[in-house]
Amino acid sequence: MTPLIPEAERTLLEPAGLSRQDAERALGRLAGAGADLGELFLQHRIAESWALEDGIVKEGSFNLDRGLGVRALSGEKTGAAYAEDIRPEGLANAVEAARSITRAGGEQQVRALAPTDASPVHDQGNPIAALGEQDKVALLERADQAARRIDNRVQEVNVRLSLNFETMLVMATDGAWAAEARPLVRLDVSVIVAEGQRRERGFAGAGGRRPLSSFSHEWPEDLAKEAVRCALVNLDAVDAPAGPMPVVLAPGWPGVLLHEAVGHGLEGDFNRKGSSAFANRIGEQVASAHCTVIDDGTLPDRRGSLTVDDEGTPTEPTVLIENGILKGYMQDKLNARLMGAAATGNGRRQSYAHQPMPRMTNTFMQPGSADPAEIIAACPKGVYAVNFGGGQVDITSGRFVFSATEAYLIENGKVTRPIRGATLIGNGPEVMTRVSMVGNDLSLDPGVGVCGKEGQSVPVGVGQPTLLVDEITIGGTAT
Amino acid sequence: MRQDVDIRQQEGELTGLAEAILRQAKRLGAAAAEVSVSEDIGLTVKVRKGELETLAFNADRSFGIAVYDGQRKGSASTSDSSEGAIEETVARALGIARHTQDDPCHGLADADLMAAHLPDLDLFHPAPLDTEAALAAAQACEAQGFATDQRIVNSEGAEAARSQSCVVYGNSHGFMGAASTTSHSLSCVLIAEDSNGMQRDYWYTAHRNPGALEAPEAVGRTAAERTAARLSPRKVATGSYPVLFSPQAARSLAGHVIGALSGGAQYRKASFLLDALDAEVASPHLHLVEQPRLPGRLGSASFDGDGVATAEKAFIDAGVVRSYVLSAYSGRRLGLPTTGNAGGVHNLLLKGRTKAFKALLNDMDRGLYVTDLMGTGVNGVTGDYSQGAAGFWVEGGEFAYPVDEITIASNLKDMLRQVAAVGDDPDQRGNIITPSVLIETMTVAGGAAAT
Repeated sequence: MTPLIPEAERTLLEPAGLSRQDAERALGRLAGAGADLGELFLQHRIAESWALEDGIVKEGSFNLDRGLGVRALSGEKTGAAYAEDIRPEGLANAVEAARSITRAGGEQQVRALAPTDASPVHDQGNPIAALGEQDKVALLERADQAARRIDNRVQEVNVRLSLNFETMLVMATDGAWAAEARPLVRLDVSVIVAEGQRRERGFAGAGGRRPLSSFSHEWPEDLAKEAVRCALVNLDAVDAPAGPMPVVLAPGWPGVLLHEAVGHGLEGDFNRKGSSAFANRIGEQVASAHCTVIDDGTLPDRRGSLTVDDEGTPTEPTVLIENGILKGYMQDKLNARLMGAAATGNGRRQSYAHQPMPRMTNTFMQPGSADPAEIIAACPKGVYAVNFGGGQVDITSGRFVFSATEAYLIENGKVTRPIRGATLIGNGPEVMTRVSMVGNDLSLDPGVGVCGKEGQSVPVGVGQPTLLVDEITIGGTAT
Repeated sequence: MRQDVDIRQQEGELTGLAEAILRQAKRLGAAAAEVSVSEDIGLTVKVRKGELETLAFNADRSFGIAVYDGQRKGSASTSDSSEGAIEETVARALGIARHTQDDPCHGLADADLMAAHLPDLDLFHPAPLDTEAALAAAQACEAQGFATDQRIVNSEGAEAARSQSCVVYGNSHGFMGAASTTSHSLSCVLIAEDSNGMQRDYWYTAHRNPGALEAPEAVGRTAAERTAARLSPRKVATGSYPVLFSPQAARSLAGHVIGALSGGAQYRKASFLLDALDAEVASPHLHLVEQPRLPGRLGSASFDGDGVATAEKAFIDAGVVRSYVLSAYSGRRLGLPTTGNAGGVHNLLLKGRTKAFKALLNDMDRGLYVTDLMGTGVNGVTGDYSQGAAGFWVEGGEFAYPVDEITIASNLKDMLRQVAAVGDDPDQRGNIITPSVLIETMTVAGGAAAT
């Protein structure tokens, strides 16, 4: 057994006066109700954040959440209940409420718990305790001072440091038994610059499941510099063009394209229900042959990384699209069972009070062979999009958007003037077939992604090399 | 399973908890403190293709505290209301306050602004948490959806939800206010298909009073009609056209304006309506008003997040900005009194030169009716607006065909001045209540430009 399970039991069970046997008995009650799967999920999460504005750290907050979630799955049905108090009574009530989905009674022996042997893919330390308050405050002040030093057009600087530390333990009637500690850190710098009548904002942020000490010494200054650069570029931006045209996407964070255009549409639940534009298309060509797209929760220390998912399934690299051919979906246990597929370590929940569903971890495209400069040169007239705010998809029609916050015109194969922010819109399966060049410069995003689905938010990562999409609609104002 | 719950019976206990937390803050040395305790009990039943899919029970209690140590502030919150957790959470908030810096604007709202009188706003209409009744409503709703149009081939389900919540806010002025509310809703998401692919859409009903909900069959029928109407969409030739926002799509426009008028955006100079007090920013027939104490509404409240009494006001009156959206803190930052909007607005209504929906279509003659917006392409600092859209093309004042995979773009400053008229069809479901809004012209990007 990895030491992660006994450690999680010390955090989650012992203070509540619960034993491993109590948990196993609760699983027996769930199994006795005739459930296909009964599951207990226990979670303890602390979060701390510090905010700087007007040159001073004026606010900080601390949050503590702990609780347990109980599920009983039967066929396509789910019974779910949760309790904020991890106490014997709360557990018993939640078990009875969840098992009311099934009509049977009694108790039943469950399969022996089999501890996962997955080794941690990220740091297991508590980032909140690892640094003193004064040192945390100093990080924010350094970012503020750097931003103001760089350019006197900087008017406002906001800096936020967010530190999270979660311990989870999951046990289920299929024998799943896993735990891990999940740190998550993030530093965000946002600036407002002004020149004459024009004002613009710029943003930079970074983080991951790793200690603050692992970031470069100049981390706050580097983020400040990047935020100011983004804002100043936009001071000179001209109106964005409107209509369909070629777009070159920069590497890294623009991988939000993949998250929206194919990622959500390849989640198991939508495909089991037949509500995704990608349903029943395994083995078909859904992207150009240049495209190989992978979801991988095992990447070390990334924001979307997990050793095990919230159902205790170890994460893995899951090939979604290989050379343009649709290979597989991302699965949690419920959808994997109903589709006769294997769980892929993508069962995630926002907290004990939410229910798991198939979610992405880190989603990226494998690099190709093209030199990025060559890709831009191959585009006589179009747009070079470097930074994005966020995106959204309608998985049924395949229609998706992502909104550029830093982009440039490409004229005669050269990057020229910056353009105002604009939304790009396309249809996932169509746009992916128009990826005509893929760069050799795969990079992953800096670690600020948040993915929302059915009201639940989880941290994710994206990445891609430089890409040329032959045609996508740009929502500018210049016609 | 059926539970008779009345969360008002918890008000006393939650108030006691709030008082204990404030006492603890005082004992540990806080000069001032404010606390918010909330409890929420609910049931959600989801049905898909006629079968029960999810049955979920929730019972949440949590509290948050802000403490002031001189002019320094620290906050903490937790879902654990045990004695030990209260102690730890208050200590954490004070620990944080010791490491933040002085801000002269921090502190409670002035004592004489506290809501002295808490009227009954008719927000509490409990019904038993009855799984069988919820299941029956969701099944009837979805079944009517399938029966309405044979092109409805699939469903993401119908969901019936009931909840009761109680929020108690108190501070070291001695103010203590409690508000218990109920919420009932029913929603349905359907999928239609034809030879050109699948489309989804939805409809929902939500109210504080279960008796005021739309019938399940009506919700299912509307969801089906809306979904089927989107089949076989086309693109629009790129160009400039009048754009009519549906009441649902217009809700976000009002939201962008409130964001720009919020105290935070003003003092951070991050607003496209910066320093706009008393300036004309919108068509002279437009009004954006807040009516926080309307009885029975989803947004109603008698006190804000600072304990300050809410009051009716116009943010925009006849096109002119008459008030920002201020809390005690953001008000002090701007040298203005709070507007009772800590935590946001309560029942925001957009009003203007009103015409029947059909008359708006006739006025538009040829243009775009937008029912659905997508994306994050709104820049609150510059007002630059670029969003994904879907809806219907209008030709000669009539719906011609559905359109999607298009964008609409302009700048919010121009859009506000170009509101030609609004509809007589405000959508009452929610905190922001907007009618259809006709904008004179926006850039629509879709297919190749018209030649």
